[in-house]
Amino acid sequence: MSAATLPPLDDLVACPQCDTLHHAAILPVNARAHCKRCGIVLMTSQPAAMARILSLALTAFIMMIAAVSFPFLTLDAGGLHNATSVIDAVLAFNDGYAFPLAVAVAFFIVVIPLIRLGALIYALGPLVREQKPRSGARTAFGLAERLRPWSMAEIFIVGVTVALIKLAGMAAVTIGPAFWAFAGVVVITVLKDQLICRYSIWEALDRAAR
Amino acid sequence: MQDRVCKRCGGALQSRDAQSLQKVWAWLLAGMIAYLPANIYPMLLTSTLTTRSESTIIGGVIELVEHGSLGIAAIVFIASVMIPVGKFLAIAYLAISVQRRSMASQHERHRAYEVVEFIGRWSMIDVFVVAILSALVQLDTIATINPGIAAVSFALSVIFTMLSAQAFDSRLIWDADRTQQ
Repeated sequence: MSAATLPPLDDLVACPQCDTLHHAAILPVNARAHCKRCGIVLMTSQPAAMARILSLALTAFIMMIAAVSFPFLTLDAGGLHNATSVIDAVLAFNDGYAFPLAVAVAFFIVVIPLIRLGALIYALGPLVREQKPRSGARTAFGLAERLRPWSMAEIFIVGVTVALIKLAGMAAVTIGPAFWAFAGVVVITVLKDQLICRYSIWEALDRAAR
Repeated sequence: MQDRVCKRCGGALQSRDAQSLQKVWAWLLAGMIAYLPANIYPMLLTSTLTTRSESTIIGGVIELVEHGSLGIAAIVFIASVMIPVGKFLAIAYLAISVQRRSMASQHERHRAYEVVEFIGRWSMIDVFVVAILSALVQLDTIATINPGIAAVSFALSVIFTMLSAQAFDSRLIWDADRTQQ
């Protein structure tokens, strides 16, 4: 196809994974459009998605703060007692050579999830209230999406489960409120990420800016 | 296409990343090199009243099997051995097939790429297990667990292979039938 016969660029969507060009169509409610060559989801349509994403992100943000502040796990053995918070888990790598790892773990399980949530709330907040997007809303949304693979809260929760089973029988471990808050953050984040359709959000950001 | 930016998100536009494969190989080699000390040196240093022991990744899996927790042993083995090694092989295979301009099984290779991108992060499980165990088990003289140097190299290996997978431009898989420019 030569450039002359192409429809206007705004009506075309290139698959982010394999670069096949598609005509953008207005989808019926609750439909999904897949790339016809490699099959990844190109766009979905859920009218209330924006408000739901925002409310889930706010919930997860508040629960994450609870997950960091309350005791996470408590260990009792032989009359000794040790309470651990998420921060202590991060600081486990505190001594000497492992210090960069402490920083990395802090980013993976707390800082990056919080940045992603904060950026989404910042970018989508005005859209839900049908106001003009804040300056930097595009950068914020782009950042939230780029950081997605580096947010590892769900992997941390599986790691904690493995650790609990390793300790079972050797000591009494009590699960604190922060554990449940953290598990809640994980579930809500998965629900939220499933609702995010990059294409519709970029379209909405464009429309609101006009 | 140089120096153009996306009018929507402002990101730099690039038809294909010409250095994609170089970056893929560089990060992949770094990941493989870091994976060696991760397996040789201890992951966990456990000391109790009477004993001091060090366990490597494989050692930890064997301990779990001996305790009878087969399911957990399987999770740790899959996350710390099968996924990293499988990922090394899969990324190397994808890079070689693109270099040879292979037109075979493009759909399967694309699926392989998606699986590698999705599953790679899960190798971090063992690092988090070490973090939580060494934070929790700090009972002065009775029992303490501390992280070993292998935890650092293992985390580095996972980060390097994630960067390697991200550097791979999946569109190259589909470019084999285009005429060379």
